[in-house]
Amino acid sequence: MQNNKSYWDTIIRPRRGWFDIDFKGLIHYRDLIWLLVKRYFTLMYRQTILGPLWIVLQPLLTTVIFTVVFGNIAGLPTDGMPKFLFYMAGNILWQYFSSCLTNTSNTFINNRNLFGKVYFPRLCMPISTVCSQLINFFVQFALFLIFVVYYAVQPNSAVQPNARLILLTPLLLIQLGLLGLGFGVIVSALTTRYRDLAMLVAFGTHLWMYFSPVTYSSSMIADKYPSLLGLYMLNPITPVIELFRAAYLGAADYSLKYNAISLGVTLAVLMLGVVLFSHTEKTFMDTV
Amino acid sequence: MSERLLEIDGVSKEYRLGQINGRTLQHDLASWFARVRGKEDPNTKIGADAARIHNGTLHALSGVSLNVDRGDALAITGRNGAGKSTLLKLISRITLPSEGEIRIHGRVASLLEIGTGFNPELTGRDNIYLNGAILGMNRAETTSKLKDIIEFSEIGPFIDTPVKRYSSGMYVKLAFAVAAHLDPDILICDEVLAVGDLAFQQKCLNKMRDVAREGRAVLYVSHNMRTVAELCNRGVYLEGGKLLYDGTTERAIELYGGSGIRDLDRDLDVMPRPKLRGESIRMKRMCMKNTDNLEYPMDSAMEFTLSGVSNVSDPRLRLRVTLFSSMAAPVTMTQSDPFEIRAGESFHLNVRMPLDSLAPGEYGMKLSLLSGTPKGKSSYYDTIDDVGHFVILEDAAVNAGFKWSTRKWGHVRLKPLEIH
Repeated sequence: MQNNKSYWDTIIRPRRGWFDIDFKGLIHYRDLIWLLVKRYFTLMYRQTILGPLWIVLQPLLTTVIFTVVFGNIAGLPTDGMPKFLFYMAGNILWQYFSSCLTNTSNTFINNRNLFGKVYFPRLCMPISTVCSQLINFFVQFALFLIFVVYYAVQPNSAVQPNARLILLTPLLLIQLGLLGLGFGVIVSALTTRYRDLAMLVAFGTHLWMYFSPVTYSSSMIADKYPSLLGLYMLNPITPVIELFRAAYLGAADYSLKYNAISLGVTLAVLMLGVVLFSHTEKTFMDTV
Repeated sequence: MSERLLEIDGVSKEYRLGQINGRTLQHDLASWFARVRGKEDPNTKIGADAARIHNGTLHALSGVSLNVDRGDALAITGRNGAGKSTLLKLISRITLPSEGEIRIHGRVASLLEIGTGFNPELTGRDNIYLNGAILGMNRAETTSKLKDIIEFSEIGPFIDTPVKRYSSGMYVKLAFAVAAHLDPDILICDEVLAVGDLAFQQKCLNKMRDVAREGRAVLYVSHNMRTVAELCNRGVYLEGGKLLYDGTTERAIELYGGSGIRDLDRDLDVMPRPKLRGESIRMKRMCMKNTDNLEYPMDSAMEFTLSGVSNVSDPRLRLRVTLFSSMAAPVTMTQSDPFEIRAGESFHLNVRMPLDSLAPGEYGMKLSLLSGTPKGKSSYYDTIDDVGHFVILEDAAVNAGFKWSTRKWGHVRLKPLEIH
């Protein structure tokens, strides 16, 4: 009986190859993911006066600032859309993505005490982070929808939600979450070796925002630097934000060409991330 | 044959030194640059155990094989750095072995450090669920055991209070309760009972013993040999990353307590002494006679010669031998009649120590040269705390056919009772 391979539930061997990923364990530990999400919300707004109100206050304030600075002072065009709505769409999506990225990027460093004491699939941590951020996003999204309706019912409104594209929303959100997860776990795997990256992440995401159509429209790039447009659209975030805006604010015709590329990039990044992460989790305790 | 829960098969773990410290790109570049110039790597860890390092690699474990069956309460003994924690880390999958294979049947729960994963802001109840999930329980399982856990932890009314308001004792109790109720097939305990009051420690030991009795297995690491002896029914001894012994708990404890000095001819000059001892009179050499392995039958005698030098004269010098159990507790003492020693002379003593009344087992020896003060105190010239160990062999015939149990009866064997 004991010679039978199937008798053993766990076989621990030296690290082999790159594709030794514990998906089965991840499913077994799904309750842990849920509890970690719950913990995030329990702890996030402890000892704050406004509590969960911050979830909506934060994007509202940033959107107001964007509207004033980029819309009114700098006078950047917003494709004829109401400025506030235009910036809010970009802003909540970007917030969702960047918080997924920054919060997962320090997985190993922040949890090294816990990871050093007990085994569970380490991917539970970043996955729970992405789920928490998604819930955060939904709250902000609901607020956004209220504004969309408000602007859409105005007479002669430029806001014309596109029902067909709206159906793609779940896909967009999943893609954005996976993209944040992918980049985040790549960074977290690499920071076990090079702490410099942790510094780079805060700076890098900030810079990245300006290379994405958050505070302006990509049609501006198309007008001013048409030769760079192809390169610009390779940024996987760009088509996501563009599609989101096209869906909720309306656009005459929208081509999904760049979204297909973006989806491909996302999956590639995610795969690379998960492989790198699983490779690191096995022995990172020896390095950190 | 009982059911096997764990097989460790030729497992080794190596740590690369120097390179593991690369925290920033800058450090890595510095290491690389130093190598290029043929200089010493500035990031190499210093002070590491030189004997086990080969080519910048530390062998924390080498070729360890071990099987654990249902019902085993296994003590893992060994001094600091012997590889105990590394072994437990491998079994609990915190890091991977460099070589070999570990096969596990069932679920492993480790209590490597109690309260890991507790979040101070969450309530006791939330933490039970979270900790349970970290240890691999799902919600339904935790819920079904919630009542037992709360009861065992003695937390009672504080269960809905954030654990940051708990005392450290309450913290430990709750953490142990969660892990112990996980119903693991293999329960790993590493120094878990250091905190918590005596009554709770006893409760934990009982719970752990129940785990073994219910046909699961316990792997126990502690430097508290009393609890080891009480809990475990099997012991292994690790030294320098190698598994040197696998057998009874008593022997594993003895090996842990043993200094390893089994030489028949000992250079006492180099042995460590307490401060200010061994200056005016110094023991230099000890030669064991009438034995070749330091194992003595019951009721026999030990013989040795002891030589040294003296810078002072004392007409009433005594030699004292103090015996210690393998748990380092004093057992008894015996000393010589006074003898004279003169300044500037070397001395050479033929010593015979009767071993009557000593129960079977391993003993440590401490040697002192002293003279008595008028108030009945000792005035020491030279003391060596650990000159080595010897063994009294078990012989049931001498004890009316009964096998001696040190755990129950201690180290002293009195003459038979007389009934008139």
